[in-house]
Amino acid sequence: MQNLDFSVVLNALPYLAQGMLFTLQVTAVAMIGGIIFGTLLALARLSQLVWLRSLAGAYVNLMRSIPLILAIFWIFFLVPEIVAWLLGSPEPVQVGTTKTAFIAFTIFEAAYFCEVIRAGIQSVAKGQSAAGQAVGFTYVQNMRYVILPQAFRAMIPVLLTQVIILFQDTSLLYVISATDFLGAASKVAQRDSRLVEFYTFVAIVYFVICFTLSKVVRRYQSRLNRSSANA
Amino acid sequence: MSFNFDVYLQQSPEPGMTYIGLLGSGLAWTVALALSAWIIALVMGTLVGVARTLPYPWLVRLGNGYVELFRNIPLLVQLFLFYFVLPELLPTDLGDWIKSFGAPWGPFFTAMIVLGLFTSGRISEQVRAGINSLAKGQRAAALAMGMTLTQAYRYVLLPMAGRRIIPPLTSEFMTIFKNSSVALTIGVIELTAQAQQMNEFTFRTYEAFGAATLIYVLVALTVNRLMAMIERASYIPGTATQER
Repeated sequence: MQNLDFSVVLNALPYLAQGMLFTLQVTAVAMIGGIIFGTLLALARLSQLVWLRSLAGAYVNLMRSIPLILAIFWIFFLVPEIVAWLLGSPEPVQVGTTKTAFIAFTIFEAAYFCEVIRAGIQSVAKGQSAAGQAVGFTYVQNMRYVILPQAFRAMIPVLLTQVIILFQDTSLLYVISATDFLGAASKVAQRDSRLVEFYTFVAIVYFVICFTLSKVVRRYQSRLNRSSANA
Repeated sequence: MSFNFDVYLQQSPEPGMTYIGLLGSGLAWTVALALSAWIIALVMGTLVGVARTLPYPWLVRLGNGYVELFRNIPLLVQLFLFYFVLPELLPTDLGDWIKSFGAPWGPFFTAMIVLGLFTSGRISEQVRAGINSLAKGQRAAALAMGMTLTQAYRYVLLPMAGRRIIPPLTSEFMTIFKNSSVALTIGVIELTAQAQQMNEFTFRTYEAFGAATLIYVLVALTVNRLMAMIERASYIPGTATQER
């Protein structure tokens, strides 16, 4: 037991807060983008068109087979190449860590959101879709007014659990030296040679946030179960 | 920019190793890490999962705490806690003994234990859910026949729950291979790390990451087939749709 000094953490709080802000930004962007893109993927996977179904299936299975770290490496390499190609520039165009992190997490997490949403859509009774068609709804109207509202209501707890996982996953941005919450802590920790204090603090903060959120999700889920049991 | 297969056969900076050899050694570390961690995860996950279904409230609470602890801290942070923090907090002799393991075994063992414990929390959830999904009468019948609690778990509950949780375990087994890449942050040169090294040595990014991606996909397919085989081999006709 060396002499622990948690005042070093106190002094670094503003910097750590900036890191946490970035972590939350990536989580929020990837959550919104991932759910939108994931919904489209889920609809594609349930489509009547074989080529669309296979394409979406291949995308989702590929993303779900590789580690997030490898996906982050890929996207940090590919995004500048693609932007250069779009702009017709001969050199890769750097777009910055922040934007690339947003893109990386959105397109990776979309595959996981897709599977949650697909299960949600499939859990809606078949008669609902048939009834929608029978009253003359188009495919889009049917999804918009009948299927998706019911599907999302049922899957909100699972989606939120996936968001908690996403929030934890953003710590992997460490591998590209981004200054997310863990990245910020690790930079100060190395500067001050105070790994013990900083990593302990980081673990406690992550635990408190994730534990509280998962409690909220569980309470919401049991309320949802009760209300659907009464219905 | 064209895809160049020759690069795999070129000499890498590692003496006597081609790049394909480098990737192969990365795969070997990935598999070794995932499999050894999987054993820890299965053993601990079963113990904790069973504990959470026993009629002892304090054991249930202890098990719940274990799961919350490992589930609510990111894997990477847990890895840093075990690698950088734990040896400092232990008595000096013990801490020094842990630190005396050099690379590659020090980081490997740390990653193995962390990945194993992290996954065991998730497996214990499956084990608990599997046991709770069995009809209540099963446990009651076993106990009424005069079996001890241990015998009821050994001969009645676990054999049935075990078969039921094979599908969710398949996804955990695939996840542990992917999660093992986190070990590169403490210096385990597994597959993703080797691909990154190859990229840095050759600037052949498509070849380096492409090969790693392909290998991970093949690993996922293999795991999937393997678990499907186990599921089929352990299936007992008529048990899958047993009513509650």
